[in-house]
Amino acid sequence: MSVTMAAALNTALHDAMEMDDGVVVFGEDVGVLGGVFRITDKLQERFGGTRCFDTPLAESGIVGTAIGMAMYGYKPVVEMQFDGFTYPAFEQLVSHLAKMRNRSRGALTTPVVVRIPYGGGIGAVEHHSESPEAYFAHTAGLKVVSPGTPGDAYSLLREAVSQPDPVIFFEPKRRYWSKEEIELPIEREPFGTAVVRRAATSPGDPASAPTATLFAYGPMVRTCLDAATAAEDEGWDLEVVDLRTLVPLDVATIVDSVQRTGRAVVVHEAQVFAGYGAELAARVTESAFYHLEAPVLRVGGFDIPYPPAKLEEYFLPDVDRVLDAVERSFAF
Amino acid sequence: MSDDAVRPQGVSPNTSDDPAELLPPLEPVQLLDDDGALHDVSGFPLDLKDADHRELYRYMVLSRRADKQSINLQRQGQLGVYASLLGQEAAQVGSAYALDAQDWAFPSYREMGAALVRGVPPEAILHTFRGTWLGDHDPHEHRFGLLSIPIGTQALHAAGFAMGAKFDGADLVVASYFGDGATSEGDAHEALNFAAVFEAPCVFLVQNNQYAISVPLSQQTKAPTIAHKAVGYGMPGYRCDGNDVLATYAVMRRAVDRARQGEGPALVEAVTYRMEAHTTADDPTRYRSDDELAEWQRRDPIARYQSFLEREGILDAATREEIDAEADALAHRLRENVYDAPHGDPRELFEHVYVHPPGTYAEQRALLDRELTSREGGDA
Ligand SMILES: Cc1ncc(C[n+]2csc(CCOP(=O)(O)OP(=O)(O)O)c2C)c(N)n1
Repeated sequence: MSVTMAAALNTALHDAMEMDDGVVVFGEDVGVLGGVFRITDKLQERFGGTRCFDTPLAESGIVGTAIGMAMYGYKPVVEMQFDGFTYPAFEQLVSHLAKMRNRSRGALTTPVVVRIPYGGGIGAVEHHSESPEAYFAHTAGLKVVSPGTPGDAYSLLREAVSQPDPVIFFEPKRRYWSKEEIELPIEREPFGTAVVRRAATSPGDPASAPTATLFAYGPMVRTCLDAATAAEDEGWDLEVVDLRTLVPLDVATIVDSVQRTGRAVVVHEAQVFAGYGAELAARVTESAFYHLEAPVLRVGGFDIPYPPAKLEEYFLPDVDRVLDAVERSFAF
Repeated sequence: MSDDAVRPQGVSPNTSDDPAELLPPLEPVQLLDDDGALHDVSGFPLDLKDADHRELYRYMVLSRRADKQSINLQRQGQLGVYASLLGQEAAQVGSAYALDAQDWAFPSYREMGAALVRGVPPEAILHTFRGTWLGDHDPHEHRFGLLSIPIGTQALHAAGFAMGAKFDGADLVVASYFGDGATSEGDAHEALNFAAVFEAPCVFLVQNNQYAISVPLSQQTKAPTIAHKAVGYGMPGYRCDGNDVLATYAVMRRAVDRARQGEGPALVEAVTYRMEAHTTADDPTRYRSDDELAEWQRRDPIARYQSFLEREGILDAATREEIDAEADALAHRLRENVYDAPHGDPRELFEHVYVHPPGTYAEQRALLDRELTSREGGDA
């Protein structure tokens, strides 16, 4: 069946709520409206107004009360309406959600899932296209996830809801309408499992095409797959690894890929400076140094505030920017 | 004195239909005057037996003694810092005493008195200030949250917990403690609003101790009183004399009973005064006068309650001595349990961050192990 990412997420929430009465969904406009992206469509109709409800317009309030409800014993799945409106909740996320278990020596757990539609490419107005994942990956106590495909959107969200730890769940909003042939439900894979979306065909064979691995997550998975297809014309043999979870990170799959291809390019929408790609570059360097034919290169947005919609195509990494980095890698 | 002697008549619950009824009178509810004479004016329930009176007194004396010992321990280098409750014993004990066993409280960092009433071992509070561990009591055991240091943030946890209780149909009220300064924080506002919108059984107890560190109330808000803010959220605001343990208990009890009966949240402003410095790191002479301090000294919550109890024959010399001895023993126990208390095993630092920690923890644990081994080797 052809399923969009939006539908996969909606089904995942539905199935999670069906399975466990403790799962409650709340946020701004998630009830009758079904969320501005319709990810919570019909959940209130199906499960009632105490399982899926609208809150006052207050992000800190949403996350802070989710923490309280989690302490009570519920499993809140809350929505930040857009990436750029997560910041009012920053303190509750960083000072409380992330730390409650540690502060209480394990006595209190706050297994909240915070869903954040994120990233650009949809021509949105200011504050609706940001990629703030590095703030949360940097915060101990949180898990950080971003699916790149409808199937993963379903399985990762189901897994997020069953996690005992708090999860920041980044949904690549420009991929909400991307489709995949899948049958739901999909068997869940544990967090910390990256996947090789496209394997290099003959890595390690000097006689054949030059190889490199593209590392991506969320919206850039599709972009990297497109880049890998385009690279065939250049005679390049690219592997694409979808990280899926940024915390925890599947270092083994990453290192294995680099050991085979010898080159790594990390791609994300967020600005490059102190972005998640820096962590990945450092990990690869520390773990696979002698297998590297070139330094790990990073591809991302520029180190500027997110630009106006009409200029975002100049900001966002695309196939050309990815292939340009691959070419620089091969030049070493 | 008979057990009914201090139970006023004719209590009618506030209704939220008429906003004017939500407004508090400017004059705080007072049952005991500064000399400890009982007024019978408030229309607030006071269902206390003699034994309850003695318990209220006892908790206030124990709080003050534990507080004093904590300051001593800080001066002796045993605690990093400590935030005193001196002068706020009645506000804390009276309000916490109005909660039932199944209720919850979410405190700030100044709530030693409320903690004692909830049965939290005061050592646990001191270990937090010592840095033995971040939090050292099990919140579920005492239904008392961790001390919250970021101002006002715990109010949202209280509101959310109360929302959970409401959705679950549980017979449970949540008390949220914070200060006058905290009422300026967005989180406190959001908590009041969420609790009101969801009709959550949450009572917000604001200890208005007149200062947020050095900033006086007049620079914190232009509202007529803090209790007046409640009407903006559609909940009743109550004001009580926070140095009068009976008034605090009675007003809090009213708010708690309402919440328990499904009538939603309320805000209680306990008007009190912080007699000590903000914390042991503060110098209050820079922002308040001796005269002001002396003025509040006259309204000492314990002295005034004691004279009431003695006059009414509820507290005799023997009971008082017993309580004093218990306070001495508590102070002694605190010293024993806190002085030079060992910190935990550093290896435990990794234990509680995640239920399922990321793979990177193995490497960092191993690094710490190597560092610990080489330290032990160095010591040998
Ligand atoms: C979010 C935040 N900002 C600033 C501080 C520093 N700070 C600690 S206590 C305090 C004053 C709080 O005053 P109030 O809420 O009236 O409580 P009180 O200390 O008087 O009990 C300040 C500004 C803090 N802990 N948290």
